[in-house]
Amino acid sequence: MQSTPYPTQNASQPESETQLPKTTGRQWRRIARNWELYVFIAPAFFYFLIFAYGPMYGIQIAFRNYVPTLGFLGSKWVGFDHFTRFFDSYYFWDLIWNTLSISFYELAIGFPIPIILALAFNEIKTGFFKKLVQTVTYAPHFISVVVMAGMIITFLSPSNGILIHMLEWVGINPPDFLTDPRWFKTMYVLSGVWQGAGWGTIIYLAALSGVDPGLHEAAIIDGASRFQRLRHINIPTIIPTMTILLILNVGSMLNIGFEKVLLLQNPLNMESSNIIATFVYKSGLVDAQYSFSTAVGLFNSVVNCVLLITINQIVRRTSQNSLW
Amino acid sequence: MHSTAIKESKGDRVFLIANYIYLTIALIIVAYPLIYIMSASISNPQYVGSGEMWLFPKDITFEGYKRVFQEEKIWSGYLNTIIYTVLGTALSLAITLPAAYAMSRKDFFGRNFFMGMFMVTMFFSGGLIPSYLLVKDLNMVNTIWAIIVPGAASIYNIIVTRTFFMSTIPRELEEAAQIDGASTTRLFFTVIIPLSMPIIAVMALFYGVGQWNSYFSALIYLNDETKYPLQMILRQILVLQQMSAETGSIVEASTAEALSDKAEIAALVKYAVIIIATLPIIAIYPFLQRYFVQGVMIGSVKG
Repeated sequence: MQSTPYPTQNASQPESETQLPKTTGRQWRRIARNWELYVFIAPAFFYFLIFAYGPMYGIQIAFRNYVPTLGFLGSKWVGFDHFTRFFDSYYFWDLIWNTLSISFYELAIGFPIPIILALAFNEIKTGFFKKLVQTVTYAPHFISVVVMAGMIITFLSPSNGILIHMLEWVGINPPDFLTDPRWFKTMYVLSGVWQGAGWGTIIYLAALSGVDPGLHEAAIIDGASRFQRLRHINIPTIIPTMTILLILNVGSMLNIGFEKVLLLQNPLNMESSNIIATFVYKSGLVDAQYSFSTAVGLFNSVVNCVLLITINQIVRRTSQNSLW
Repeated sequence: MHSTAIKESKGDRVFLIANYIYLTIALIIVAYPLIYIMSASISNPQYVGSGEMWLFPKDITFEGYKRVFQEEKIWSGYLNTIIYTVLGTALSLAITLPAAYAMSRKDFFGRNFFMGMFMVTMFFSGGLIPSYLLVKDLNMVNTIWAIIVPGAASIYNIIVTRTFFMSTIPRELEEAAQIDGASTTRLFFTVIIPLSMPIIAVMALFYGVGQWNSYFSALIYLNDETKYPLQMILRQILVLQQMSAETGSIVEASTAEALSDKAEIAALVKYAVIIIATLPIIAIYPFLQRYFVQGVMIGSVKG
């Protein structure tokens, strides 16, 4: 900006300065010159305004007795009635326990496996085998949740599922996975790992590809073994990525992949498959208790936000990495 | 990557072998169910049901596919899904690309405001019921709009696309266009879009696969079966029927014998239907894997 300005600019500058503060004048010119960019962003702006912020406005029915014919504002304000009804209900602790235990279970198994897999991929040279394993392990990511549920049901079908046959072959008397509440969570978590672990490696592989090869060369010359290099070069490289993903996972603790739970749920395994999200769906859309289930859903969102902020604070205190 | 000039020690060799074994096990675990389904869909259902067919097809038959193709619901579901996917993806791109481009421009006053406004939706949402009521109030229930509009844009995809624009489109291009007097719209359509085909492909794939695989919005917004997408039909065949068949056979053990023949055919149809529904994605996936991976990687740079 030090170059000599054009005479015309030089002449016009003092004028605008007397009328408006300098920056505002420039800003207005910038806005006017780029008016098309506002047209560009308009569809997204209205999309989010209507379909993301619109429902947020609708949250108020959690505090009212919503009657569709009266509208949002016309329905009676009842404060926290729906919330206390939920907290006092006999199923409250069951819902919380199921939701949290599935989340922790999923985190404990589903979080480390992609990391181990990515580190293993990183150790072997690019070639046919690596490509084959990667292509195959990424593929289940693209299977729809309905097909996934269908596969689980078919494979574990007590009369002719192949996994049941296999357990019988090795002499194990198979439990009834689909209807036994004790097996629901394991079934949910392990099928999720099968589907997502391969795809989950990509983000770590991206981080690992950024390692300076010089580091490895220097370590080799110093006589470091492969394991030592993995431990002291590769793992520290992916720790920031791990931290961010961990924060995001904890922040969505109560957002279980509920579409799959809904598909695998049946009256017999309800005891351990009834989670907050499926409860909101059933009481809200099946039983049409709009206000009550909105309150339950809002409770879920608020807990998520609190968890996200808390874990982010903790991580920020203990390490340099955090979301914000 | 690693220098091979120095000979590997014994410990390294063991480590590497263990590594290969681990990956081979992972490969088998992931590949087995996929191979099994393919084999089961063309095997005699008797052998599938009894477990005699456990890897390679036995007594090959195409009865399952034949029955699937006779099913009218599958055809209409397929057609609906294609329509929803094509229109939904087009709408998603029409929202995502211009918005991402606008936000990639450093001289765009207000980009932080828009970014903040969009980002909030990543962490907080109105929830299921208010969203449903909104769609209902907009009179979109039981129309195609309920399927393609409410989930049309994702902030994650907008950020990924914006990152791509910022890292690959040189600033000089925009300045040159402005000096030439070309409008931003012209610049966008004649220069930016042709330069950005890789990211457009990635976005089309992300949105397209998402739409192809989704069932939940159809479950809550559609009540007319002729409008059901494929995944809803699959849900009926794979999830709902199976459940009733299973509990049925548990309750009435005496009639199980008579039912088994029917059940076997039903199982065969299930495998065939899984293949048919997933085929388009399986068929394109190996060719486009690179683009998918690229999309995730661009996202992780900023993530």
